[in-house]
Amino acid sequence: MKLVVAIIRPERLNAVLESLYNADVRGLTVSKVQGHGGEVEHVENYRGVTVKMDLQAKMRLEIGVSESFVQPTVDAIVHAARTGDVGDGKIFVLPVERVIRIRTGEEDTRAVTPEDRD
Amino acid sequence: MHAKNCTIRCLCTTNRNKRASLPIIYQLILHFRQDFYIIRPFQPDPTPAAAPVQPANTPVDTLFVIISTALVLLMTPALALFYGGLVRAKNILNTMMMSLAAIGLVGVLWALAGYSLAFSTGGAFVGGMHHLALANIGFAVRDGTTIPHLLYFAYQGTFAVITAALISGAIVERMRFSAYLAFIALWSLIVYAPVAHWVWGGGWLGAMGVLDFAGGTVVHITAGTAAWVTAIMVGQRRDYGRQAFLPHNVPMMLTGAALLWFGWVGFNGGSALAVNSVAVQATVNTVLAPMATLATWILLEYRRTGRATAVGAGTAIVVGLVAITPACGFVSPRAALAIGAIAAFPSYFVILKRAATRLDDSLDVVGAHGVGGVVGALLTGVFASKAWGGADGLLHGAPSQLLKQLIGVGATIGWTAVATWGILVIISAVTTLRADARDEAAGLDVADHGEEGYTDGEGAILVLQTADPTANRAPVRRSA
Repeated sequence: MKLVVAIIRPERLNAVLESLYNADVRGLTVSKVQGHGGEVEHVENYRGVTVKMDLQAKMRLEIGVSESFVQPTVDAIVHAARTGDVGDGKIFVLPVERVIRIRTGEEDTRAVTPEDRD
Repeated sequence: MHAKNCTIRCLCTTNRNKRASLPIIYQLILHFRQDFYIIRPFQPDPTPAAAPVQPANTPVDTLFVIISTALVLLMTPALALFYGGLVRAKNILNTMMMSLAAIGLVGVLWALAGYSLAFSTGGAFVGGMHHLALANIGFAVRDGTTIPHLLYFAYQGTFAVITAALISGAIVERMRFSAYLAFIALWSLIVYAPVAHWVWGGGWLGAMGVLDFAGGTVVHITAGTAAWVTAIMVGQRRDYGRQAFLPHNVPMMLTGAALLWFGWVGFNGGSALAVNSVAVQATVNTVLAPMATLATWILLEYRRTGRATAVGAGTAIVVGLVAITPACGFVSPRAALAIGAIAAFPSYFVILKRAATRLDDSLDVVGAHGVGGVVGALLTGVFASKAWGGADGLLHGAPSQLLKQLIGVGATIGWTAVATWGILVIISAVTTLRADARDEAAGLDVADHGEEGYTDGEGAILVLQTADPTANRAPVRRSA
């Protein structure tokens, strides 16, 4: 099992979710975060105060997947989140020691496999 | 000027004593009127009422229209709140600025040229040049009213401002701000001023007997039609039809709706231009009609989904106000209830179906103002009656009035559509109407205004001022 952590542009979130859905990746956590990845900061003016906004709004996705789903997940995110400009974000793939599904107590691969919805 | 003023004061001391008993507002008006004649003694006002001081200038009417001017002026910031609440958080400042900027830009153009094109004596289609840059507008009573000409000018100016601002709802979240400014500047002179002249300024529609008490045709049909054309010309938002664009602050939108209703009392009631039974009638109708629309709208929503929505309620209030605007001084309060209730149906279904079409009229200006305006204008031809200050309409045995209303609607839509299209073609030949994809995705607040509506300031680094203020300007990215 792996934990895929992706930092993406907020405006690409819908495209990424759509792309993940099409890749049969189910179950993820999304949070609003701020960060800085070397892109050009933008300048704002409030009356006499000029500021450089160093931290950009980003979206952070966390997706626990079984081994066979790692590559499709990464591909889906890269495909949908890429605009070609600095600031598109990063994907981190982390090893996961244990996964427990709280409802059933199932562990590991079974816990990251979605229930059949039939 | 001050010295001269003093001499005049000494000369007319006796006169001034009499004034002490007058209300303070009127005293002020008399005082400033004096100044006016001192400054410009050799420029007589060409309007017939301009000869010395007219007793016809009624203080209570003047006060009433002063208050109404303030009320209608408030409607444009209210519209900013209404529209601002309906867009996404990243575009709120851009959306609100589209309304606020109209106050400045259209307001100034109105003073320089718009008022003259609309309200000075001219031909059947456009007014003359007698009032360019406030010429010949003074404290003397305006012909046909009991209020100072200057006040009449300012009151009408607030209408021109909100009409232009209404259009912005169709193109929010994607039109470049500078292109928008160019558009409303030209639009207010080329579309609004002539149509106002047609109906109110002595033009052909007014002469034909088209009834439009407070601007159903002049304000709402023009804005609704222009919204339709601009939405097509500017094009859809990039993810339109693929992604839901939800309102980011519904309470703000409802605050805007409440303030619009409040201001609309000055818009409709104030259009009587005097404290009389017509003002009472117009005010009462302005209260009753949206109530009927709101109640009907809630029932329609219960019937369709089983739940009454707040955004729907805010929309219903505006639709009811739009529909009663042309009729409010010509119909009975019972008819106002009927107009309000009937007007809910077409707008409700148009707004419902519009979201499934390719027309990205983002905040439903066409459904609310265009459709509501047309329905109101036609229903005026149905419910108007002589007994209530209008001409007899269809229900009172005069179907010809409905025909006149239909001609008024058709002519206004035709001219507005063609002229709006022309203006946008000219602007797009010079510059691009659309924000580029990256700015649209990141939100126009940062791209066009260099500000954010909601920020906690984290990650903001203070830039020390340099000698060259342009050095810190946001990088301009205008790729195709």
